Amino acid sequence: MDAPVTLVTGTRTGIGRHLAEHYLRLGHRVVGCSRAPVDWTREGYKHYGTDVADEKGVKAMFSEIRRSYGRLDHLINNAGIASMNHSLLTPASTVSAILATNAVGTFLLSREAAKLMKRKGYGRIVNFSSVAVPLKLAGEAAYVASKSAVVALTHVLAREFAEFGITVNCVGPGPLATNLIRSVPKQTIDRLLAQQAIPRMGTFDDVANTVDFFLRPESGFVTGQTIYLGGV
Amino acid sequence: MEQAQLEAAQAARREMPHHDDMLQVVDLIIDNVNQLKDTQGLKAPARLDSATALFGGDGFLDSMALVTLVVAVEQAIEEKFGTNVSLADPGAMSQEHSPYRTIGALADYALRRLRAA
Repeated sequence: MDAPVTLVTGTRTGIGRHLAEHYLRLGHRVVGCSRAPVDWTREGYKHYGTDVADEKGVKAMFSEIRRSYGRLDHLINNAGIASMNHSLLTPASTVSAILATNAVGTFLLSREAAKLMKRKGYGRIVNFSSVAVPLKLAGEAAYVASKSAVVALTHVLAREFAEFGITVNCVGPGPLATNLIRSVPKQTIDRLLAQQAIPRMGTFDDVANTVDFFLRPESGFVTGQTIYLGGV
Repeated sequence: MEQAQLEAAQAARREMPHHDDMLQVVDLIIDNVNQLKDTQGLKAPARLDSATALFGGDGFLDSMALVTLVVAVEQAIEEKFGTNVSLADPGAMSQEHSPYRTIGALADYALRRLRAA
């Protein structure tokens, strides 16, 4: 079977689920993971109950992917958490949790994916940052720090993995209708949208389109790049 | 590997004397070096044993070849012993304490990781 194998993290809801379904429709064999169980299933989809920040769990998941598929073509590091709070009201445990999922998780998944991808000398890794980074959003210090780390990881991993035929790129969506921004006040979202060149909420398809571009075999000369959506 | 095979491999490893384990891991590393010689044109000494320097000093691996070998050895250990170990080490670049300085040092390090798993 020659269908590409695509791993998407954070597939329980939101962008991750949308991307999993999108790549299933395109004929990929899709592997997904999330900490909590998923309440959906599709033919061709395999789910793992893995916390991306848990090194042992991540390594066990990749062992199974290697045994089951023998390859990995694409990794989409979508899993992420946020906490909207002034820094003076943010406990260290919250900062640690956000950095663990968003930055450490991206690192661990990329490291293990590259080990598998380098066997074929081909791979595509797409990380997730946020427009919160260039907009330097007040009230999201830990989140912005973690997503800045993802951009920095993208730059360095792109250089480290280039000789294995693996590209590493990053997409930075603006606000989308997901659980992540469910509790953010409308006024805050409106202020944020006003800073975009195209002041509207993003859609799942906007994100999928950008990820599609990074995953294309023809995008082999595109690496270490971050595309922020909405014209930020 | 099936669960029963995995458990059998892990049980066999626990019961194996340290010396036998060490020889097996040294052989496994040497096999992987030889594979890299064949598949990637790695330039390595003709005779390989525990004392052969790998990285730093007189070692024959550059940093990228070291990465390739360590990843290959991790995967070979998992296939042979049924245990997933990480051979990443923060002291990797230290000349004195690096677990990558010789084949024997890498085997000893891998064995300690295996026993701790």
